[in-house]
Amino acid sequence: MEALIFYACAVAVIAGALGVVLARNPVHSALFLLLTLVSVAVLFLQLDAALVAAIQVVVYASAIVVLFVFVITLLGVDKSESLEEPSLFQRPAAIALGALLFLQIVFLAGHHWVTGSHSARGALGTARSGNVQTLAKSLFTDFVWAFEITAVLLVIAVVGGVALARRSGQRSGSGAGPGSES
Amino acid sequence: MTAVASVTPTYYLTLAAALFTIGGVGLLVRRNTLVMFMCIELMLNAANLTFVTFAKALNDISGQVIVFFTLVVAAAEVAVGLAIIVAIFRRRQDVTADDLNALEG
Repeated sequence: MEALIFYACAVAVIAGALGVVLARNPVHSALFLLLTLVSVAVLFLQLDAALVAAIQVVVYASAIVVLFVFVITLLGVDKSESLEEPSLFQRPAAIALGALLFLQIVFLAGHHWVTGSHSARGALGTARSGNVQTLAKSLFTDFVWAFEITAVLLVIAVVGGVALARRSGQRSGSGAGPGSES
Repeated sequence: MTAVASVTPTYYLTLAAALFTIGGVGLLVRRNTLVMFMCIELMLNAANLTFVTFAKALNDISGQVIVFFTLVVAAAEVAVGLAIIVAIFRRRQDVTADDLNALEG
């Protein structure tokens, strides 16, 4: 049963990823991205990461994809584009380098010496009881400094987004700083 | 169903590698900046899948904690990146990466 779910989700993930790359219409790309994200969330459930799967659906599949679709409709760039490649060698080179990268990662993944040492931060919770408590304890003790830095990062992102999206004087295209000249 | 081999972490890692590769190749071959952003999201998801796989394989919770920070970084990146795309579109009425050559030497 586990193998069946894995193969079904793997096919959905790969199909969605290929759809993102190959779709001519950006809206279709966004919907294929949604397929991939939800399938990855199911794989997270298979890996006993229930909370991460829930957050994947909430943050990625709803917030981020909705933001993408919103920007696509806002800009009106939802017309199809041709996939013609202007430069001759770029596409074969990209595919060849991608194949090389894939083989390298698979080589690393198939050899157990990359898996390193065992648990340093505490074990996973059991799947039945869920691992929210274990995860929260690790997040607020071992990783509390990174958690605080995350708050700073989000503030910077919000301020930067507002400063960039604000319709200010057309000459100051840098968007540098949340200045109040308006 | 018993004849099917059990799913080992290597399967998940291979899937993550394929996802990362598709995202990377898509980032290189597409010209629409919005689609390029989506390809970056694919690559981030491949990294997340790898982290969660190793969290299961090594029985270590920190792999799942890292995924939280990756999600935060992805959200911040999307917010700023889409704001940049909107600003570029206002200025040039186009979001094709080939046309954005103002900083080219």
